[in-house]
Amino acid sequence: MSKSVAPLRAELVLSDRTRFSGWSFGHEGTADGEVVFNTGMVGYPESLTDPSYRGQILTLTYPLVGNYGVPAPDQFESKQLQISGLIVTEYTSQYSHWDAQQSLGDWLRANGIPAIFGIDTRALTKKLRTHGVMLGRIIVEGMVVRGAIVDPNQRNLVAEVSCTKPVWQGKGKKTVIVVDCGVKLSIISNLVKRGIRVKRVPWDYNFVPELDQVDGVLISNGPGDPTSCVPTIAHVKAAFRHKLPMFGICLGSQIQGLAAGAKTYKLKFGHRAQNQPCVVEGTKHCILTSQNHGFAVAERTLPKSWQVSYRNANDRSVEGIKHRTQPWWSVQFHPEATPGPSDANVLFDEFVRTL
Amino acid sequence: MNTVKGSVKPKRILILGSGGLRIGQAGEFDYSGSQAIKAFKSEGIKTILINPNIATVQTDPDMADVVYFLPLTVEFVARVIAKEKPDAIALSFGGQTALNVGLALEDTGVLKKHHVRVLGTPTKSIRLTEDRDLFANALRAINVPVAKSVAVTTVAAAKRAASQIGYPIMIRSAFALGGEGSSKINNQRQLMNRVTEALANVPQVLIEEYLGGWKEIEYEVVRDNQDNCITVCNMENLDPMGIHTGESVVVAPSQTLSNREYHLLRTVAQQVVRHLGIVGECNIQYALDPASLRYRVIEVNARLSRSSALASKATGYPLAYVAAKLALGYSLVDLQNSVTKSTMSCFEPALDYVAVKIPRWDLKKFKSADHTISTEMKSVGEIMAIGRTFTEALQKGIRMLGAGDDGMIANARPITDYMADITLPTDRRLLALAAALEDGHTVQKLHHLTKIDPWFLNQINRIVLEARSLKKAKLTKDSLRSAKQLGFSDQQIGRLIHQSAESVRRLRKRYRILPVVKQIDTLAGEYPAKTNYLYFTYHGTEHDVTHTKRGVIVLGSGPYRIGSSVEFDWCCVQAVKTIREQKRISIMVNCNPETVSTDYDISDRLYFEELTLERILDIVEFEHPAGVIVSMGGQASNNLAIDLQTAKVPILGTSPTDIDRAENRHLFSQLLDQIGLDQPTWKEVTTLVSAQQFAQRVGYPVLIRPSYVLSGAAMNVAFSAEHLMHYLQQAAEVSSKYPVVISKFIQGAREIEFDGVADHGQLKLYAMTEHIENAGVHSGDAHAVFPPQRTYLETIRRTKQRMRDVVKALNITGPFNVQFLAKDNQIKIIELNLRASRSFPFVSKSAKINFARIATEIMLGKSVSVDFKRFDLDYVTVKAPQFSYSRIKGADPILYVEMGSTGEVAAFGDGYQEAVLKAMLAAGYTIPEHKRLLISVGLDTHKASLIPFVKKLAKHHYSLFGTEGTATFFRKQGIKIKTIRKGAAVVKAIEGKHVDCVINIPRQYTHKELTDGYRMRRAAVDWHIPLISNVQIAKIYVNAICNLTLEDLTIKAWHEY
Repeated sequence: MSKSVAPLRAELVLSDRTRFSGWSFGHEGTADGEVVFNTGMVGYPESLTDPSYRGQILTLTYPLVGNYGVPAPDQFESKQLQISGLIVTEYTSQYSHWDAQQSLGDWLRANGIPAIFGIDTRALTKKLRTHGVMLGRIIVEGMVVRGAIVDPNQRNLVAEVSCTKPVWQGKGKKTVIVVDCGVKLSIISNLVKRGIRVKRVPWDYNFVPELDQVDGVLISNGPGDPTSCVPTIAHVKAAFRHKLPMFGICLGSQIQGLAAGAKTYKLKFGHRAQNQPCVVEGTKHCILTSQNHGFAVAERTLPKSWQVSYRNANDRSVEGIKHRTQPWWSVQFHPEATPGPSDANVLFDEFVRTL
Repeated sequence: MNTVKGSVKPKRILILGSGGLRIGQAGEFDYSGSQAIKAFKSEGIKTILINPNIATVQTDPDMADVVYFLPLTVEFVARVIAKEKPDAIALSFGGQTALNVGLALEDTGVLKKHHVRVLGTPTKSIRLTEDRDLFANALRAINVPVAKSVAVTTVAAAKRAASQIGYPIMIRSAFALGGEGSSKINNQRQLMNRVTEALANVPQVLIEEYLGGWKEIEYEVVRDNQDNCITVCNMENLDPMGIHTGESVVVAPSQTLSNREYHLLRTVAQQVVRHLGIVGECNIQYALDPASLRYRVIEVNARLSRSSALASKATGYPLAYVAAKLALGYSLVDLQNSVTKSTMSCFEPALDYVAVKIPRWDLKKFKSADHTISTEMKSVGEIMAIGRTFTEALQKGIRMLGAGDDGMIANARPITDYMADITLPTDRRLLALAAALEDGHTVQKLHHLTKIDPWFLNQINRIVLEARSLKKAKLTKDSLRSAKQLGFSDQQIGRLIHQSAESVRRLRKRYRILPVVKQIDTLAGEYPAKTNYLYFTYHGTEHDVTHTKRGVIVLGSGPYRIGSSVEFDWCCVQAVKTIREQKRISIMVNCNPETVSTDYDISDRLYFEELTLERILDIVEFEHPAGVIVSMGGQASNNLAIDLQTAKVPILGTSPTDIDRAENRHLFSQLLDQIGLDQPTWKEVTTLVSAQQFAQRVGYPVLIRPSYVLSGAAMNVAFSAEHLMHYLQQAAEVSSKYPVVISKFIQGAREIEFDGVADHGQLKLYAMTEHIENAGVHSGDAHAVFPPQRTYLETIRRTKQRMRDVVKALNITGPFNVQFLAKDNQIKIIELNLRASRSFPFVSKSAKINFARIATEIMLGKSVSVDFKRFDLDYVTVKAPQFSYSRIKGADPILYVEMGSTGEVAAFGDGYQEAVLKAMLAAGYTIPEHKRLLISVGLDTHKASLIPFVKKLAKHHYSLFGTEGTATFFRKQGIKIKTIRKGAAVVKAIEGKHVDCVINIPRQYTHKELTDGYRMRRAAVDWHIPLISNVQIAKIYVNAICNLTLEDLTIKAWHEY
């Protein structure tokens, strides 16, 4: 960061009163949120627009952020910045990239998102790893905030990021309903580019009456606790009677699990990385996946008719479930990648084949 | 550990090493080979290693089960295979040398005949990556673009291809290491010259699309036989295409790539590696358009490489170890991450820091060498710096190079004429960029000139701007912290604000601006990891670890350079192993990614850090060690001894006060006078006049050198007053501040080296070696023989007696090395080092007593008694220098007081001649295939002394050629010898490969450019014809090739001697 314009001091205060101080490079204001970390080394424009980060203050463990600026919105994962705040070690406004349109700092400022650089993000990450995710508040120098940190999980985050009415996208002979719990745009584009007509519906939209007219259902990713998606779970449960192909991604996987009768639990610090190894259950085949989730399906609560399809090679947690006989399956990771490795992109091919 | 499925585990594996260190193939293969041996041994597999590089850790007794110090040629390896009957061979751990030998073994049917299976990547796949035409076709088949490229075998075809692609084009030769014979060609005339030269050495040359200015990006890919495929690391070259990656500053991970680009190239890498069928590790290089998503695959190296060593150290992922396990048939899912102990090998490291590699050149060591850098590799080593930001790592890196600079800016020797280094890149370009920015040139302009991405230039500019504001404004707590975070050393800051480094350090501590220790854990902190791999940063508020209890710190040797190479890393590894054996905690400090000492499983704790006083003090203040060992890492670490002692750091071994007594010439002379040990007459002069007067008095020739030198840098010999003045004026300054030492240069003397270990002034262990070359050739360039074969017993006895006195007088504890001249039973001491020497591994393995380990035990306070056989051995060992002159365009490949070799090899023999010939063959000499020798000798005394040898050659039916004077001389002796005129005719004979070996003994050991002799020597090097330029070597070589055939050279393993 050039020293010509002296940045304002800024602080991150955690719910246990720990303070990390640095310098502001985003909106000069305050923000509350759940503090999480991601260990990916590239892809901040994609992450920051991922609706799954709604309500969260994102810490990037890779220390240099802003290097390649911010591209045109067609590379975003939603129409807007979704994070509540951003924490990095070093930020550079002097970006350099052929398809950059603005600096990260300008983008954050224009969208009212506070951000801090100069933080020991490794120390912060280790704290979150040890204590689990915590609430936090960003305060930029000169701002006064009182009261307890607001827990974003008290809000209906999914409702905030979901579309409000059905939208049609793409052309093709087959139609898929995408239940938008905060869908990443690249999930939709992955279907559209495979010749699928997509009907994107709000998270609480009752799509069950339409199942006779479509070829499959995709339950999207999204923010927060899956158990709060009560209507979605009910619709998915009802949809099981139709035997249509049904694919869940991330939050969608948890919703599918809950609909099947399993339970979910909150991971201590979640999987937010681009290097999560997932092994196809029962094989030695492993793929590297992009992940961003704080909840998981509890394996022992999975009904007998379901089975684990993918497992995290590091912590052995459930990364994918599937029904033993029906075309219902889901993964905890992101086959659409962006950001992250596209090893799992073939899952869209598999899904399209079952339609 | 799961059992291997799908393939039968081999019982005996032959591993090929990479031989002597040379440019393009250095110490990184000691790392990869050592890891492979460990991986194989952990499976209970018997390992057989061939590597004539005696200074490697992989040839230690606790590594491979059987070691052969033999040349890495098809003939020798085939004979080892016939004897050892391995059922598998590993080709991917010994660089291009091992790969080439392996393919030749397959071609000649040796592998098939002896039922030897190639482990890991099949040879079919290797061939696809090695033959550029096959490679291009293979990639085209999966629609992956490669640089437009046409393989040609004739000059005419090259012309056609070049005009088709359009100038400028790039030529490259296939089957080459480190980009040898590759260059940018702007027009047809250049093309003709280079293609003619290249085709003389290789059968095939590639004419390629020129991609100068594109980003150069590399990925390290690992694939198992289950088709799992991961990319362990990506790296971005700061220097775009057009500068060889070995000459580039390389950053891991990439800095200017978006997610789209990063994963596009990652996905392509996996496609390519799967398509080629690679099993194990490989490296893929890309050119990426800086203005679009267009890219080209440049090459795939289907083996461990310099880049993979870097990637391994940059990420903490044990690439070579994993590659070896995969070669046995394991899958990535079977293997635990041995660094974290808590995660699997099937994952891609997440970095939360930046690793910056900077090459180390030593071009100053080569007279008349071309300093430009481009598509051929010239650097001799590299460092890797780790920081939380690019600027922090970059400035650390400059210091790690050990080239006298304190950072990007504010150095003792500022660069003034920077533009020349920028426009035509040289080894000084990086610092020149900072100098240009300091002088007001803009980032845009420099980007235009260099095509370096503006991001990197802006980062360098931040350093420059910070220096400017430090100079202008008063130093505050904030500005001091900010400078430290940008990687400034206390020394740099002090220079900018006119204070000493010590006072900056004091101020910093008062402000509590202190660096913190962070772990490299491959996971960016996501999971707890048990890693001992550490670095310091100023971007932090807490340490990741707590200090150890009374650890012992070993200072490493830093980057490989001429005079300080893998030998010192070997010494450090021995020290660390000994410390651990003594149940003490070992703490290694080093910054060279090509080393074994920086392996994750070598020490209890590894600081990948600077070997500067500032950083060592930081480490000491954090660790509170029991002591620091400075005597194993060569001169660079030994130089820190006195400063560390001043800072009250406990030094293990000889007291720094005594080190000073040995290094201070005046004190040392007094001491020698007391003992009664002679040394060549010398004087420290501060004026040109006193220099001349002294030289006049003792008589020419004289040796000229500054004090505290490393491997003879800036040393010269003057044969006349004219020479003397020339050198002293060239060396720039002769002043009271920079005195010059002049000493009598004794000719015709034998040089003896004395390596020893002492305990509180008592000599405990020693070994003497003699040089084959007479004194005057740098000890690093000389052939050394153990035990001495031609030195009088009287001389040996006297040397030993005097050494006992020296050891006592200096109260030596630990390792030391002395060089003597011996002439007519008189000995004179010429150099003494109170540290381990370059020859420690050679004498240790020759004598089969580990000098470095015993020295460490003594330094740790253990009382050691050693019983060893000194000279009554049933074998002889010879150490031969390994040169890289073919890489250093323009340099005169002559033996001299300056060291010019980049590595060494050694061999054992039942007799002297056998050992010499084996060692020479291992260093790249050959037995003349067509028995055609060119002889050109300057001095008549040399000619006369060679008469019996030239006669012998004639008797053995050698066709002899000589330059005018030489041919006439020998013809008069009745020897049949043809004349080839000096100048163009000789060069043409060499170019046309009409001779198999050139013996050129120049008149004097001076450097003179563009003489006929120089052109002849240079031609021999450029056209890969063995060159002998020393009369003693010529004699032993002639004797050996006349008396011995290849079949006479026995295939005996180390333990059989």
